[in-house]
Amino acid sequence: MVHASGGASLADLRIESLHKSFGPVDVLKGIDLAIRDGEFVSFLGPSGCGKSTLLRSIAGLETLTGGAIHLGGRDITDLPSARRDIAMVFQNYALYPHMNVRKNMSFGLSLNGMKTAEIDRRVAEAADILRITDLLARKPKQLSGGQRQRVAIGRAIVRKPQLFLLDEPLSNLDAGLRVTMRAELAALHERLGVTMIYVTHDQVEAMTLSHRVVVLDKGRVSQFGSPLELFHRPANLFVAGFIGSPKMNFLPARITGQGEGAITLRADGTASDLTIATPARPDPARPVTLGIRPDRLEIVGEGEGQLTGTVQLMERLGTESHAHIALADGTVLVAITDGTHPARAHDRVGLRIPAADAHVFDADGLALPRALDPATERLLTQ
Amino acid sequence: MRKTLAYAALIFLSALFVAPFLWTLITAVKSQADLVAYPPVLWPADWHWENFTDAWGKLSFNIFLKNSVIVVVLSTIGQLFSSSLVAFGFARFRFPGRDAIFVLLLATMMIPWDVKMIPLYMEFNYLGWINTLKPLIVPAWFSEAFFVFLLRQYIMTIPTEIDEAARMDGANAWQIYWKIHLPLMAPALVLVGTFQFINAWNDYLGPLIYLNDQTTYTLPLGLALFKGLHEVDVVSIAAVTIILCLPPLALFFYAQRYIMDSALGSSVKG
Ligand SMILES: Nc1ncnc2c1ncn2[C@@H]1O[C@H](COP(=O)(O)OP(=O)(O)O)[C@@H](O)[C@H]1O
Ligand SMILES: [Mg+2]
Repeated sequence: MVHASGGASLADLRIESLHKSFGPVDVLKGIDLAIRDGEFVSFLGPSGCGKSTLLRSIAGLETLTGGAIHLGGRDITDLPSARRDIAMVFQNYALYPHMNVRKNMSFGLSLNGMKTAEIDRRVAEAADILRITDLLARKPKQLSGGQRQRVAIGRAIVRKPQLFLLDEPLSNLDAGLRVTMRAELAALHERLGVTMIYVTHDQVEAMTLSHRVVVLDKGRVSQFGSPLELFHRPANLFVAGFIGSPKMNFLPARITGQGEGAITLRADGTASDLTIATPARPDPARPVTLGIRPDRLEIVGEGEGQLTGTVQLMERLGTESHAHIALADGTVLVAITDGTHPARAHDRVGLRIPAADAHVFDADGLALPRALDPATERLLTQ
Repeated sequence: MRKTLAYAALIFLSALFVAPFLWTLITAVKSQADLVAYPPVLWPADWHWENFTDAWGKLSFNIFLKNSVIVVVLSTIGQLFSSSLVAFGFARFRFPGRDAIFVLLLATMMIPWDVKMIPLYMEFNYLGWINTLKPLIVPAWFSEAFFVFLLRQYIMTIPTEIDEAARMDGANAWQIYWKIHLPLMAPALVLVGTFQFINAWNDYLGPLIYLNDQTTYTLPLGLALFKGLHEVDVVSIAAVTIILCLPPLALFFYAQRYIMDSALGSSVKG
């Protein structure tokens, strides 16, 4: 129960080759993760990729098919949920409907035989932090979605766990409240300093809240890194396509030459080679994929740049415009330009891919190492 | 127009249902002369309320009442406890053969009481329970398929995350049953309790088979004593029948809204 006192037992979470299958279906296919004490980590991935299953495995609500979990140096793999020193906030809140807010929050404490005075103190403290003090006598039915969410968080806080698990805690709230609660969660983490794992399928939530993000794809860790790492150095095609909105543009390409610390390649439909700085030496016989983020793809005059296409759709968002440009083979690329860019539907335009901003993925979909400009590099290594 | 017809039909049906009760009530307060008068007296001039106390005093109804209360209270507690516990097991635990066992349990609903009567008698006779109230109480502690089914359906409407939250809060299976599901089931339990109460209160055949000694009789058996070999005390039968109707009626009025609630399936939401 002692949290980070003297730093002796840090609440590091270590997961080793965790496997989980439901009958014949492998849901988690070997997860390795090391999460540091006090870190805010998100599990991000499309629906059905196994985020909840991974979280529930950590909580002890699923029996593992294989692997081990350590928390703060203890092997908790076979411990029952209640003895793991972990609290969880469920997506549907899972408040006890027949108990008022106070009882909901104190239920776990009184089950563990805590003294009434201490329970009252903790409930009052948590209620104060979450500003639900005047709701303590109410039943869950009498609360709004946002208030229920707070109570669910309060129920987790009072236990002072080593690790907080939150499964899509904001997904049942309306958009406005989601933004407010997001900020409050960040503040709460700051205040409690406790390790938090946050499951979401919303990349904005993951990117804004987390120190580091685990991107999950079909039961595997696709990449584990800081939000900016994921954005600037996606490890593979999945992460590159998943992080960032609008999505990164992809073009099939082939390697035309390899020099010292650089390769040249030619994307399908382009008129000229692109020289990209990378120490990698991919097999020239195999195709690669060229990726370029919409905000880096430049619209130029027809005949300029490497590509030519027709504007299909111009989405004007005010501060910026999203141009959807169809190439001759039907591929549609998206470019973000300024809000006042004059291009209109059916216009013929040229597209320029700045070599420094290009991402290259080998035939297996893995990213080739890329050089970043010094400012970005500094941000990433902070 | 359609509304008028509907009301007419409803009033007619209500009258049809209320008539026997009213007739019994009127019979209960008749004098002996009014009872045998022909043509029958529809509305007696004198209402003999003392018939109720007289009838009650003619036999040891206080003892029958005590026996009935013991049977009803203990069997209802047993039924509520055992059926909810079994339902919780079927709703929330995974174990090999669970679904097959559940179907088997439901199948027992199809065995008519008449078929079980003799084997049960032999069993209770073997246990030495004949002429005691045990055969009327103990079986209720072993749950009833229909009630188990009903309560299981009810539990299944409650999200399993609530159980999991309780588990993380440190509750064991028993505490999850006792502190979470039992209170949440309350409306369904009122329904089950009402059914069990009324069944046990009105039960005639069970006591008739298992009880021989008048000191162990329950109220329905006591009531039947008025039907003597040579004469039938109609007024006393009517009077005691009216008294026996009151507790179930009171219970039903109290339980009505819960029963409507759980019958309509509106359980705990969000
Ligand atoms: N109890 C279960 N039994 C069978 N399959 C399950 C169970 N729980 C989850 N799954 C399956 O595991 C996969 C991952 O589910 P989940 O972890 O809930 O995904 P996510 O939270 O990322 O949307 C899904 O395909 C889902 O159908
Ligand atoms: Mg999920």
